[in-house]
Amino acid sequence: MSTVILLLFTGVGLGAIYFLVASGLSLIYGLMHVLNFAHGVFLSLGAFLGFEVASRLGATTWTGFAASLLVGALAGAVFAALTERLLVQRLYERHIEQVLVTVGLGLAAVALFDGIWGTDPKFISGPPWMGRTTHILGANVPNDRFVAILVAGLVLLGMVLFLQRTRYGMIIRAGVENRAMVTALGIDVRTAFTLVFTIGGIAAGLGGVLASHYFGYVSPLLGQTLLIFAFIVTVIGGLGSLTGAAIASVLVALLQQFANYYLWGTGDLAVVVLLAVVLLTRPSGLMGRRA
Amino acid sequence: MSTSATDTAYPQGARAWVGRLVPLALVVLLACLPLLNLHLPGVLPGPTYTPGTLHLLALAMVMAALALSYHLLLGVAGLLSFGHALYFGFGAYLLGIVMSELELGLVPSVLLVLLAGVAFSLALGAVSLRVTGIPFAMVTLAFAQAGSVLVRRDPGRVTGGEEGLRLPTDYVPAALVGVADTRNLYWLALAALVLTFLLVSWVQGSRAGHVAEAVRENELRVRVLGMRPFLVKLAIFVAASVIAIGMGMVHLLLNSGAVPHIVSAELTISLLLMVVIGGVGSRWGAVAGAVLYVLLNQRLTVLAQAEWVHDLPAPLRIPLSEPMFILGTLFVLVVMFLPGGLAGTVTRLRGARHRGSGDQRPGAERLEDVDDDQQAAPVGGARP
Repeated sequence: MSTVILLLFTGVGLGAIYFLVASGLSLIYGLMHVLNFAHGVFLSLGAFLGFEVASRLGATTWTGFAASLLVGALAGAVFAALTERLLVQRLYERHIEQVLVTVGLGLAAVALFDGIWGTDPKFISGPPWMGRTTHILGANVPNDRFVAILVAGLVLLGMVLFLQRTRYGMIIRAGVENRAMVTALGIDVRTAFTLVFTIGGIAAGLGGVLASHYFGYVSPLLGQTLLIFAFIVTVIGGLGSLTGAAIASVLVALLQQFANYYLWGTGDLAVVVLLAVVLLTRPSGLMGRRA
Repeated sequence: MSTSATDTAYPQGARAWVGRLVPLALVVLLACLPLLNLHLPGVLPGPTYTPGTLHLLALAMVMAALALSYHLLLGVAGLLSFGHALYFGFGAYLLGIVMSELELGLVPSVLLVLLAGVAFSLALGAVSLRVTGIPFAMVTLAFAQAGSVLVRRDPGRVTGGEEGLRLPTDYVPAALVGVADTRNLYWLALAALVLTFLLVSWVQGSRAGHVAEAVRENELRVRVLGMRPFLVKLAIFVAASVIAIGMGMVHLLLNSGAVPHIVSAELTISLLLMVVIGGVGSRWGAVAGAVLYVLLNQRLTVLAQAEWVHDLPAPLRIPLSEPMFILGTLFVLVVMFLPGGLAGTVTRLRGARHRGSGDQRPGAERLEDVDDDQQAAPVGGARP
């Protein structure tokens, strides 16, 4: 029983990280029809800069951790906004080429990170409390899982409030629904595009810092590995759906954890099988609009 | 496409003649390279008869053939696959496994792998092609990822895990083993490339190829005409996959082994790079893009280890010592400023010379065709 509880919490914690990556991907695809292959790079940059700041200010202090989250989010936001303005926006309405540009950016940036920070993982430890465990129903759950879940919950709440309550949120929602109509109404969707990329970058940057604590290290491949799972989450959840991304993140992470523990480490395969099953039965994903 | 009726018979005949003679001369020249002592400093690592250079050229030709098979998917049928490396790796790994586990000779093993490959690609293609556009890219990526995980996990100790698989040399003819026989492997790679080029040209020019191009343009119209797009796309998918499997087998022989990298998503992305740099929709573009990619990759790796690079200040040293950084940047620049890649640029320059003679920027238009397909069939794409 305690194992199940532990797997549940670790699974939801991992799901929180998947959500932070997948939510941005899903919003970007929903509004712009761009599958952003550079999204993992936003995450890696956030993780690396967060790591640098934390090690300057003291990695084991709460100030250092808070500063690393802030810097990670900021780095992701700036990188994402620049990517959108300088690369993606110039290829207006040429979706395949937009995807190709992000593929190239992903390759180049990962190589650059390799050069700057080296290919070996950089090990990281947060405040002592995060390394300890909390006793819940007989299971010792590592505390960093709770931090990941809390941050992802806040990001979800923030995104929902932003999309539901603000003018730009309304434009983005309308754009996901019918972009041509929004453009026809004379609203400049381009600002909305940059905004969606920036929001995705913030979430990915936060996800990077939290992932580095979850896995205990930072490396240039961290983002690319998480990106593949984020893709799978996005497709299972339904491209463009925030709720779908949230549900699918937890579902995929739980399946992965349980299959890894009970089915001889076949978590990654189980996730791919789930993807195949979902696509064969509901090609548009769990929460996708119309099949 | 662009040969207009106003052309007189003579120049047209001459052009067709030249069009056939130039590739033939090129193949003859390439076939003679191992017997010649040519130096191309800066491009090739040494004289053309040395094993190192021949190995590099053979690798470039295998990649060119693989890029041609990817051209069938993306350029002809408009299918953006992120899992083509799966079939390449399937060929390489399965050939090694069949030879060592079943203790069969090279020729029966190759036939067996090809047969298995048809069944394998037929099954996976039938599942993947249930969706189109971006979801198709994702499903193929997921399948390839599963294959990559399997190979790395080494089930039954047959793939060698991260270490990779060694070529079971006992079952391979002696003429194809060892550094001294790089010449023979080079000729094998050249033959494979020529065969692939002819095969791809034939598939593209066949009825199925034409229907696939029509499906890329407008799937609904093809359906209305009473044809079944699914079967045509599946046929193209299987053809491309089987060619990739064949090239995987050549690659196993050439490198005397297989490593997990050849099943990875990175390899598929490299293929995409080659085809896009060369120009989507052009067979020669795919070949040129692949050769350029392999040579650049090799040269940039050499550059990264050069003495003078190590003495540079960090902001210059780091980018210069990462080949993938330079290739990735080059790719971004091509996509942004050279739509249609190399082939498209050549066509455009030619178009500027004989003004009004035909289609400019073929590659760019083809990319947009792929795109239209996605727009017409959004998420899911299953039409009633």
